[in-house]
Amino acid sequence: MHDDTFDTELKLILEAIYLRFHYDFRHYSPASLKRRLSQAMQRFGCRSLSGLQERILHEPGVFPELLSFLTIIVSEMFRDPAFYLALREKVVPFLQTYPSLKIWVAGCSTGEEVYSLAILLKEEELLDRSLIYATDINPKALRKAKAGIYDLDRIAGFSEAYQAAGGRTSLSDYYTAAYGSAVFDKALRKNILFSDHSLATDNVFAEVQLVTCRNVLIYFDRALQDRAIGLFRDSLSRKGFLALGAKETLRFSDHAAEFSEFAGAERIYQKE
Amino acid sequence: MESWTMPATAEAIVVGGSAGALEALSTLLADLPDDFTVPIVIVLHLPRHKPSVLPEVVAAKAGRPVREPLDKEPVSGSMIYVAPADYHLLIDREVVFAFSVDEPVNFSLPSIDVLFESAADVFGARLIGVLLSGANADGASGLKAIEDAGGLAIVQAPEDASIPVMPNAAIALCKHARVLPAAGIRAYLLRSAGCGEATERKENHDR
Repeated sequence: MHDDTFDTELKLILEAIYLRFHYDFRHYSPASLKRRLSQAMQRFGCRSLSGLQERILHEPGVFPELLSFLTIIVSEMFRDPAFYLALREKVVPFLQTYPSLKIWVAGCSTGEEVYSLAILLKEEELLDRSLIYATDINPKALRKAKAGIYDLDRIAGFSEAYQAAGGRTSLSDYYTAAYGSAVFDKALRKNILFSDHSLATDNVFAEVQLVTCRNVLIYFDRALQDRAIGLFRDSLSRKGFLALGAKETLRFSDHAAEFSEFAGAERIYQKE
Repeated sequence: MESWTMPATAEAIVVGGSAGALEALSTLLADLPDDFTVPIVIVLHLPRHKPSVLPEVVAAKAGRPVREPLDKEPVSGSMIYVAPADYHLLIDREVVFAFSVDEPVNFSLPSIDVLFESAADVFGARLIGVLLSGANADGASGLKAIEDAGGLAIVQAPEDASIPVMPNAAIALCKHARVLPAAGIRAYLLRSAGCGEATERKENHDR
């Protein structure tokens, strides 16, 4: 699919994006990045990456659109119900021992996971004393996350996952259906702080007891993964929890020894 | 038939298939000899949101360990890897596995094209791609990418496939594809991996 010229142009466009817009994709996993950029070339009608680079540098409005292309992660509520069940049954008992809780959802994208977590915390009577930092680098995704409005035709799948994840009532208790959309209850995000944060260029901002970062690290190369996991380690209090996606592991990370497996199959780790 | 040029050394074999592919896969992988040490990476289309039973099924056929890889796991010899449900599986620089949860490609997640194109990029001419029975066109452009990068494309013969849509799509796109029945693909892979069993057979044939 690609040749050496493409690889050269790839390096150049990532450098251009970094210098001009301060978004750092230089340590993203090349395989996924190449796919997404090839798709972006088609979308923007560019025959080469250099052509795309020209457009993002000289046409306002093109970069924000490209940013969505590069960063939107397709998310679902209660994705991997077994993970949420483990969170509820195994991690929540620890969280309940804290008088107040801080939680970091890193790479929250359009918010499906944040609302899932907020619902779970509410049902475990933890939401009122929790502060959830939901961060992402994509402002458009953050706006969508903040709005908490999802297509109604996705809700059946979400409801099924919610039940499988040990939901205590019905998902419909948490949203209002209107005009083909499900509008999630404002009360859920009372204690959620949506904020711009880059795992590639920003630093630790709070001490937290739980970090969830699911299906975000798969888009990073090993060096950037290690940076991100280092931030999580520094942010977590002693014996704090780190939750990753189903295919993500600390096994190949430089930080592997700083965490222990807490719920191995569900990829929940505990800081030593 | 013996005039086929073989890739110098295949460093990996990628296999894709959909409906009807499991049968062909059983023939392909039945009791692989111990000296077959080239890693095999398989994407079969799977139902969403269900844990895949493919590792157990394939392991039973192949008589060697089969696993779903994890992110950044090195691709290593003598292993058979199968893509898990709900993720695209890719191979990245440094010859490690990578994943994405991007939109389905050709209505498929995992998609064969995604694996094949990323593998072609990493292995170039040292790659063999095999496309089996299936009911859609996923894998055809991935196989073309393997060919374009100098690797070898093999397609299950449509008359040998339970569902020939996928093989036909690939044959239409890949000019240099070898078209073989499942048993022939197996023999070819053994030879390209330099296995004793196949070499003996080849010598007999040449005589």
